Amino acid sequence: MSQQTAEHKSEWPLWEVFIRSKAGLDHKHAGSLHAADAQMAIENARDVYTRRMEGVSIWVVESKYIHTSDPDESASMYEPANDKIYRHPTFYNLPDELKHM
Amino acid sequence: MTVHSFEEHFEEKLDKDIAIEPRDWMPDTYRKTLIRQISQHAHSEIVGMLPEGNWITRAPSLRRKAVLLAKVQDEAGHGLYLYSAAETLGVSRDELYDQLHSGKAKYSSIFNYPTLTWADMGAIGWLVDGAAIMNQVPLCRTSYGPYARAMVRVCKEESFHQRQGFEIMLTLSNGTEVQKKMAQDALNRWWWPSIMMFGPPDAESPNTEMSVRWKIKRFTNDELRQKFIDVTVEQTKILGLEVPDKDLKWNEERGHYDFGAIDWAEFWNVVKGNGPCNKERLETRKKAWEEGEWVREAAAAYAEKRKKKAGEQQAA
Ligand SMILES: [Fe+2]
Ligand SMILES: [Fe+2]
Repeated sequence: MSQQTAEHKSEWPLWEVFIRSKAGLDHKHAGSLHAADAQMAIENARDVYTRRMEGVSIWVVESKYIHTSDPDESASMYEPANDKIYRHPTFYNLPDELKHM
Repeated sequence: MTVHSFEEHFEEKLDKDIAIEPRDWMPDTYRKTLIRQISQHAHSEIVGMLPEGNWITRAPSLRRKAVLLAKVQDEAGHGLYLYSAAETLGVSRDELYDQLHSGKAKYSSIFNYPTLTWADMGAIGWLVDGAAIMNQVPLCRTSYGPYARAMVRVCKEESFHQRQGFEIMLTLSNGTEVQKKMAQDALNRWWWPSIMMFGPPDAESPNTEMSVRWKIKRFTNDELRQKFIDVTVEQTKILGLEVPDKDLKWNEERGHYDFGAIDWAEFWNVVKGNGPCNKERLETRKKAWEEGEWVREAAAAYAEKRKKKAGEQQAA
């Protein structure tokens, strides 16, 4: 994902492109591009990111609307999950004879 | 975190092969080196369309024409992937274009050579894209995430570029005497510029050491050049053509081909802007940009108009 630092007068806005590679899968971030509006962003995304049938559906969103977590706060941000290993199935000690579980 | 610990954290990630992502802390020089390398790479893809674009209307068959058109379109795509990777580092697209158009930024010197015959389309795909692939495959594991991801996409697409080029060379080599001569002539002209694509020798490449330490580069210029020569010489045998290097010889002990002295004076001369097509390439590129101005403005005005209309409809 890109960040636009300054406003550039002649520059079309930046868009983030998400592509669903086939029905049944999530849209995944593919990259970014510049376009004047959403329709043009979708058309450009088709030409830039799906020249080899990489997608069946495209999402575009203007980059300025994306908010991200702060990587410098990762430690405290994800800390609550750290000591909860009992959320994983392997935490439980069960006999080997036990099947289908 | 203090600056010191930011730096330690950064180095630790590099050691563990954990990718550096846009919002992560990175040393200023790492950022600058990446912006320079990625944008140079993007410019090369864009300017690289010109020598081949020159032959699209004169391709010898509809099949060749469709293939060349698809290849050139891919190169435009590569340029766009790379520009957006560079933009994640905080530089704008306009600044990058400006650096290219003002001559401040460099692009690969190989594109400053002319494409004189149809065989040049073969030699470029085979040798130039071949050398580019050799350079680019290790970049799929480069330490900066967005660059690495762009390179994965680029590398997937490059393979057909080289194969279509080799196919052109093969067809010409198996053709008439004149066609075979044409293929040999193209090989003669593109061989040395292609092996210069890996850049100056390691001893004279000031940025290599740092780039390898930061895992931006995974191999040195000389390592990649040797690898390219070793595989390409073997491919030349299939074509029945001759590599234009009288000093080329298999070295049993090294397990590599020895090769003749590279004319680095020529290389630096082209880098400095005195190659056969430097001026023409830059002018063509600038002209395309300037003449596209009204299209960019019209699209922006149309988008604005549509936005307004949608607003009015909502209000109504
Ligand atoms: Fe390319
Ligand atoms: Fe290519």
